[in-house]
Amino acid sequence: MAQPDSKANEEAHWNKTTRLMFTHLGVWFFFGYVVHMFVVPLNKIVIPVLGFPLGFYMAAQGSLIAFVVMLFMFAKQQDKIDRDHGYAEDE
Amino acid sequence: MATQSSSDGADAFYKQLGRMYGVYTGGFVAFIILLAILEQVGVPNKVLGYLFVFFTLAVYAVIGVMTRTAQLSEYYVAGRRVPAFYNGMATGADWMSAASFVGMAGTLFLFGYDGIAWVLGWTGGFVLVSILVGPYLRKFGAYTVPDFMAFRFGGNVARFLAVIVLVCCSFTYVTAQIYGTGLIASRFLGMQFEVAVFAGLVGILLCAMLGGMRAVTWTQIAQYIVLIIAYLTPIVILSTKKFGIPIPELTYGVAIAEITAREGQMIKDGLATLCTAASCPAGALKPHIEPFINYTPLNFFGIIFCMMVGTASLPHILMRYFTTPSVREARQSVAWSLLFIFLLYFSAPAYAAFSKLEVYTNIIGRDVTALRPWLFTWGELGLIQICGKNAASLDAAIAACKAIAGHPGVVRFADFVINPDVIVLSTPEIAGLPYVISGLVAAGGLAAALSTADGLLLAIANALSHDIYYKMIDPNAPTIRRLTVARVLLFFVAVASAALAATKPGDILAMVGWAFSLAMAGNFPVLVMGIWWKRATTQGAIAGMIAGFGLCLFYLVVSRYYPGFGVKYAGMTSLLNPVTGNPIIPDLAKAMALPNAMESWPTLAHPLANKVGWFNLNNINCGLLGMPLGFLVIYVVSLMTPEPSKEMQAFVDEIRKPRGRTVLEEKS
Repeated sequence: MAQPDSKANEEAHWNKTTRLMFTHLGVWFFFGYVVHMFVVPLNKIVIPVLGFPLGFYMAAQGSLIAFVVMLFMFAKQQDKIDRDHGYAEDE
Repeated sequence: MATQSSSDGADAFYKQLGRMYGVYTGGFVAFIILLAILEQVGVPNKVLGYLFVFFTLAVYAVIGVMTRTAQLSEYYVAGRRVPAFYNGMATGADWMSAASFVGMAGTLFLFGYDGIAWVLGWTGGFVLVSILVGPYLRKFGAYTVPDFMAFRFGGNVARFLAVIVLVCCSFTYVTAQIYGTGLIASRFLGMQFEVAVFAGLVGILLCAMLGGMRAVTWTQIAQYIVLIIAYLTPIVILSTKKFGIPIPELTYGVAIAEITAREGQMIKDGLATLCTAASCPAGALKPHIEPFINYTPLNFFGIIFCMMVGTASLPHILMRYFTTPSVREARQSVAWSLLFIFLLYFSAPAYAAFSKLEVYTNIIGRDVTALRPWLFTWGELGLIQICGKNAASLDAAIAACKAIAGHPGVVRFADFVINPDVIVLSTPEIAGLPYVISGLVAAGGLAAALSTADGLLLAIANALSHDIYYKMIDPNAPTIRRLTVARVLLFFVAVASAALAATKPGDILAMVGWAFSLAMAGNFPVLVMGIWWKRATTQGAIAGMIAGFGLCLFYLVVSRYYPGFGVKYAGMTSLLNPVTGNPIIPDLAKAMALPNAMESWPTLAHPLANKVGWFNLNNINCGLLGMPLGFLVIYVVSLMTPEPSKEMQAFVDEIRKPRGRTVLEEKS
């Protein structure tokens, strides 16, 4: 385990945190906006059995599911970064 | 070790949480069954309605009184001991207001695909809460959001500005909630609206006043359980009846396909005219799944963006994450929050689809004499109109249609007008369910409105008592006096917003949207820069808050309340119709020549109000102007002023590491 007090450790921790932040921000932007820009072509695809047009489905459910999953993943990933650098709280 | 034993008692309390809320949920279900039996033996509907509302209110009040506290940290942040899972539930109730419970499905009914902008906007923001703001504020250890601004940005000027932003966005929002309680209580219990508003007020005060955050937390969890059961029960039953599968979120896809087919059929049969780019008069049919016909793409994505960023800036939401035991749990708690919110939001489009299918198959295209009886209860209240008149009874509807020259006797698309608030409330009747389910829905709507109102009131009262009174006026005030001031302020803020709600202000629903934009413009840049950019200075932050919030407020106020001024002096032009692309004020010069053009504070009926602006941007999206300006000003002014002190930079490093003590230690 790295030395928690060193400047280098602090910077490494923050760099990883920042990278994780931008990754999630990117995924957030994709599911919040980019997918829905293609709603018209996506609506031509209909989900079999359920009957949803795909563009509509992505906005009404798909993106929401993505957000929920992302948040649980983020909590795990950020906690791992904190642990690796010795900055996690005691359980 | 006196503290040790009291924390042992508290540990026992937290271990029991699962069992306590399990028993509570079971008790609530048993209560519903009991009322269902009472209904079968002939107890009148009105009595059932009263039982539902008063029983649930009494339970919230009992929890509120039982969890009262005289400790500062319990009052302000529930002792920072609320487990992630339960804080998620409380946040869910805090978040989902009357607008979500009653209004959202109606918006989806009216706007189809475009209405989903609200669903996306009111969920995706939690991603920003977790990755950008919430956990860092938890590590900081504040009681209120302005506390953070004051510490990071040099004291009381920043604190005062933050309080102004907080009060501006929370007060209108809480007024809308109290209005919502009045609306639901008056419809279901037949109380007079003004009386219902003040009855709701009593419920809110009983929960929040004695126990502050601690009491609000435990009641909000109870309210979440009621509201989610109430929201899901009718559509689960409806889905089972119609499709044999109790998962409405899966089965409404078929309903949407049927709606699309019906829309084509209605146009073919001449019952409806299609809204097209060439012509889209009022009453034309807008296909359910077609995008960008109610909002332009800019406004559609604008709403998503403003609601999302607003989520991460609203103090009553951020302060919920001050209550978790650790930074780690704050992050987990955001995930739980969204999961609990998601359960309601991904069901809302199912309500809209089922209702629309009912309207398209059983009302439109049918003979006027064959109207279904559930319509008339709402028609009497003026919420459903047929052939331009309130559908109070079958005879009234037939007479209204006869009065129209050349009416075929069959209900056409344009003949039927429904108030969107009816969608959720009427679903139990559409599905032919017993009244007990309607009562349950009313109780759920009340729970949603009350829980949000509690959280908002607490945010306002805490900012006034902690930030203004304690930090700015009397820093030596003893605990007892601080708590008394907090309670008295809470009382007066609540009464003031109830008094405003009782006047039924016309903009009440739009105000919820405005609150998000205002919070976004005023808070978001300064919170994000304060955490993520060490170089941000006090001067930069203050200038950025004033500029961003000011621009957003200016755009809102001018386009809504001084539209003539906006056109004449601020270069505003008519907004455009999203389908045809034509200005919605066809001749702006003519409208400006009217004697009332320069009127200030006009009603919504004014020919210019809410219809002018810059870049064809709805004023609900004013955060889209204010937030970027806020970021820019903070950046530029910070670079022009000297770097923050070494201590301040060390402090920023400190909030970035979960381990260790909170930065701000309150004396209690």
